[in-house]
Formats: sequence, structure tokens, C-alpha cells
Amino acid sequence: MSSKVKKTVPDQAHPLVALYKEMLYYRRFEERVLVAYTNQKFSGFCHVHIGQEALCVGVQKCLRPTDYMISGYRSHTQAIAKGIPGHQVFAELFGKVTGCSRGKGGSMHMFSKEHRFLGGHGIVGGQAPLATGAAFRIKYMKEDDIVVCYMGDAAMNQGQVYEVMNMAATWDLPVLFIVENNQYGMGTDIRRTTSVDHLYKRALAFDMDHSMVDAMDVETVIQHVDKIVKKMRKDKKPYLLEAKCYRYKGHSVSDPQNYRTKEEVAEWLKKDPVLVLGEKLKAEKLATEDLLESWDDEIKTRVRADEQFADESPNPDLSEAWMHVYLD
Amino acid sequence: MAILTFREALGQAMYEEMERDPSVFLMGEEVAQYNGAYKVSKGLLDKFGPERVIDSPISEAGFAGLGVGAAMTGLRPIIEMMTWNFGIQGFDQIINHAAKMLYMSGGQFPIPMVIRGPNGAAHMLSSQHSQSVDPFLTNVPGLKVVCPATPADGKGLLKAAIRDNNPVCFLESEMMYGMKGEVPDGEFLIPLGVGEIKKAGSDVTIITWGKIYHKVVKAVEHIEKEFGISVEILDPRTLLPLDENLIFQSVRKTHRVVIVEEAWGFASVGAQISDRIHNMCFDELDAPVERVSTDFVPVPYNEALEHEVLPNEDKIVKAVRRVIYAD
Repeated sequence: MSSKVKKTVPDQAHPLVALYKEMLYYRRFEERVLVAYTNQKFSGFCHVHIGQEALCVGVQKCLRPTDYMISGYRSHTQAIAKGIPGHQVFAELFGKVTGCSRGKGGSMHMFSKEHRFLGGHGIVGGQAPLATGAAFRIKYMKEDDIVVCYMGDAAMNQGQVYEVMNMAATWDLPVLFIVENNQYGMGTDIRRTTSVDHLYKRALAFDMDHSMVDAMDVETVIQHVDKIVKKMRKDKKPYLLEAKCYRYKGHSVSDPQNYRTKEEVAEWLKKDPVLVLGEKLKAEKLATEDLLESWDDEIKTRVRADEQFADESPNPDLSEAWMHVYLD
Repeated sequence: MAILTFREALGQAMYEEMERDPSVFLMGEEVAQYNGAYKVSKGLLDKFGPERVIDSPISEAGFAGLGVGAAMTGLRPIIEMMTWNFGIQGFDQIINHAAKMLYMSGGQFPIPMVIRGPNGAAHMLSSQHSQSVDPFLTNVPGLKVVCPATPADGKGLLKAAIRDNNPVCFLESEMMYGMKGEVPDGEFLIPLGVGEIKKAGSDVTIITWGKIYHKVVKAVEHIEKEFGISVEILDPRTLLPLDENLIFQSVRKTHRVVIVEEAWGFASVGAQISDRIHNMCFDELDAPVERVSTDFVPVPYNEALEHEVLPNEDKIVKAVRRVIYAD
């Protein structure tokens, strides 16, 4: 649909509108999560994805439901994108039995067998071997799905990540390693710990296909990743994609963020993937300010319903503590 | 019933299970073209091809984790560690991932996987090739730990381990691969978690498992002949879960116990068994439980030093005499 056509009524079925609403949902979801955490409605670690929505939404648009996805501990919205209903993710945060891991995983460990979301994982880089194992299964069964393995930039200095990149490249295992380079491994600037200026260069060591994408723009992400995924379905080879992005909040809720300047954050806020797309929708007459506001209201209502479901759900029975240790 | 070596019995178990279930595959260093560093996988590449018998790079953390991911998505990997000392490189994947996945996912992702390889000291390999990992692994809920002592047990337990829906750490020994014994043909499974009285006796129970069982057998021959003491030998075979009832039954019969393990004794399986006996059979005991374990030093290279720190027949005989107050 051409955006040049003059419209009196904005076209709400336009793909850009759907992308905007989805990103806004993840933004509001994570904001609500932070409020709930601050109000001590749940505890433990809590890592939110605010600022990194464009990658999560864009990548998912290039996949099919049978593709596998795995991630690290910052994965609430990736889990939702892969198909887990938001209210089940919220319930998991609250440790409720209705959560997607029955309240036994929490913020860092969302899982869904049904949606082939192989988990959020808490050991930096530890998910890369698991992803490679899932890709091994795909090859073993002669299927043509792929595995998306999200990692943070800091995972690129974990040894086992390279062990399996070597195996995936040697044996043609279709893992799309996506490094979400938000430029800080917790509070450490990646430039202080890493020998290369661009993380995708690490793929050169394995003769692995690689590239970098501006992950602050959802349309750019879709165009870029779609080509990669189509290529991978044909050649079955692994790929390393460096997704340059920025997290607007601290590493976790307890992070005072002394390691970066306000000016730097302000500069990146200009690229806010949600706000920028909102402005574009208005510029292309796909939305008005009033319409953006009404969508925001709808989405906030939806997020409140997610939270309400979590609030009203029961805790696991104490007997659950001894369940799922072994399978008979 | 055929006479097989321990390595042949394990190889037969893998062969039969791979033939029976196409989701079973074997991966590890030298398992395919080289036919296994200790020839346990001899012939499997020829039979099942390179898709199912895979030579890995020397990346234990990587291929242990690859196994976990394959198991999450429906395959049944057998991961061979050339030795469990190298397997320690894969402990992040075994302990942080394999053992936790079913639990953290609220029951969604079982890990039907076997990680197997030789454990403990062989002969003059020094400290980095001589460790026993049974105390490390048995401290982790979510894992099963199996340690067979005979070719028949090796076959029956490995077949059961491959069919088990949980991560099973299977502890073998370089020194046992050439040992021979009768092994039942075909469909022969030993359930995990079930021990066996290897030899009945009435005066003392020796609880032992794995390679050191064979030193116990020799020591017991000597003890019975020289001292007229009747010894029962109990092999739990699976260390996690442990067949506690079999242990308690034997204690109630003999009232005296010696635990012989080839591992450091501090916070070990032997320590745990002793604790359970003292808790559950306190009034049955005629003497405190005696233990023989590896001295708390890294295992040395020199032959005499190695012999000195490992459990040996002399130490076993002395422990039995202590527990009956003979000395």
C-alpha cells in the first residue's frame, strides 16, 4: 500500500501501524513491569528491554511459527513476540502458577514448548550451545526451520559461544546468532573489554556469514533480517548478525547507571524506535496525534489486563517445589 | 549369555538402542572414525553413518550443550567425554542447563540425554586425568548418576540410561574396559536406582561401586580366607537416586558397614551413605561406619605415590578389621 495516497481516514490496517502498535505494546508492558517491580509486587532480578523493541518485533516478522527461538535473561518481550501471551509472561514475573513456566522460572526464564521458545537463560552465552543443539535437530530430522539465538554483546566474550559457532559453521547448522549490542555488558562499556570494534567481525574466525544492522529502526530490521532468513532456509548455514541498539534503562532495576553520560543517553533517545515510527505515521498521514493517543490508551488497558491476570492468579501449590525435578 | 568385555558390553548397549530408536545419536571426541579413544564405539560409524555417529571438536562445553539443545527439541543424545576430567569443561551445560531445564520450564522441557566416559584414576596419569566426579555430580538435583562395576551392569544400565527421560551421567573406567564378564543377549535392562547384593555375607557389609569394586572383591577373598569373616558386598550401581532401602536392609542384617569409594571422602557419596545409615539404622549398628576413600590430595603421578593415596586392598582389609574390632 502506497503511503503517498492522500487519505482523510488513516489506514489502520497498514503494516506500519501494526508494527507501531506491537512495539508500543512492548514498551508499555516493560514500563508496567518496572512499576510493579518498584512497588515490590515481585522480586528477584528484572531486566527490561525498553529501547530495543525494533529488533524483537522486526526479527519475528521474518520467522514462521515452527522456527525456534532462544535468548538470555532479557527476554520478556521476545517471549511474547514468539507467541506466549503477555498475561502469562506477567504471571511468570509474579511467580504465579499460571505463568509460562508455572512460576518456577521468573523474569529470566520464560519458556514455551508450544511456541518453540526454548527459554530465557541466566548464564551469559550459555544459550548458544542449546541453540546449536536445536539446529542440530533440524539438520538431523532434515527439516527447514531455523533457530534464532539472541545474545547480549557481553556473551561475545564467552568461550562456549565460539565453540559452537565453530561447530555450526563446520556442520552447516542453521543458527541465526543475533548479538543485541546495546554496548554495555552490565556496567562495562564493551569497548573496555573487547578487542574488535565491531562484534560481527568475530564471525570471520569461522568463515561464517555476518553483517550489522541498525536495530533502532523496525523497517530496516525487517528488510535486513528477511534476506538473511531466506538465505539460511536455502543454504542451512549459520549467520552472525550484530544488531546495534541501546537500552534506555539500567542493566537491571538496581543499576544507578554511573557508567554512561546523560548526553549519550539523550543522543540515543532521539532514535527511540517507538517515537520515531510514531512521527513517521503522522508524517505519512497514517495516524494523527489523537489516534496515537487512543492506541496508547488501548494498549495501556491491555497491559493492565495482563497485570490484573497475574495479580489474580494463584501461587503454585507448595507441592510444586518438588515437581519437575525428574520426569518418569 | 556371552562373555564380553566391559567396552563391548557398552558398545552393544549403544548399538541396540540406536537400532531401536532413530532419535538416539552419539557425539564426542574420536567416537566415529577412530572408533572411540577406548574403542567403546567400535563399529557404530559403519553401522549408523556419520549423521548419527559424530566426531566433535575438542569443545566439551560446546558439545555437551549441543546435546542439551538437541534433547530439548526431541532427540536422545549420547555425549561421550573422553574422560570425565574433560567433562568438567562441560559442567556449566550439565549443571546449569541440563539439570535445571525441566524444572525452570515448569515441566515443559525434559532432557533425555546420557553423558558418559571414564571416571577416576587409571594408572599413572597424574592429577588432571585421575579425578572422580561422582561427588560433584551427585550434589545436583535433576541429574541421575550411574556407576557400573561389571560388563552386564554396564550394558543393562546404559540401555536404561538411554531410555531415561532425564540427564544421566554415566561413569565408566579406563581400567575396566578390558574386563570380561557374562552379559545377557538382547533386551536386558537394569532399572536406574536399583542396587544389587553382589555377594551375600553375614558379618560386615561393604558398600562400593565402579572400578574399586574389583579391589574389594580381591580384598574380601583375602579377608574371608585369612580371618574367617563373612562379608556382604553391596553395589548401589546408581548413585543418584540411591537405593537406600537395599542399604538399610543389609545394615540390619550385618550391623557393620565399610564404605569403599574411589573419590575424595569429604562431602562425598560415601559420606552421604554413612549419614543416612547413622540416621536410619543407628540402633542396628554394632560399630561406627568405616570409610575408605582417596586421600585428600591431588592424585600423584609416581606409581608408588599413586598407590599410596588411592583406596587399595590393604586399606580395605584394615577397615574391615577395624569395624569388627579385630585390631
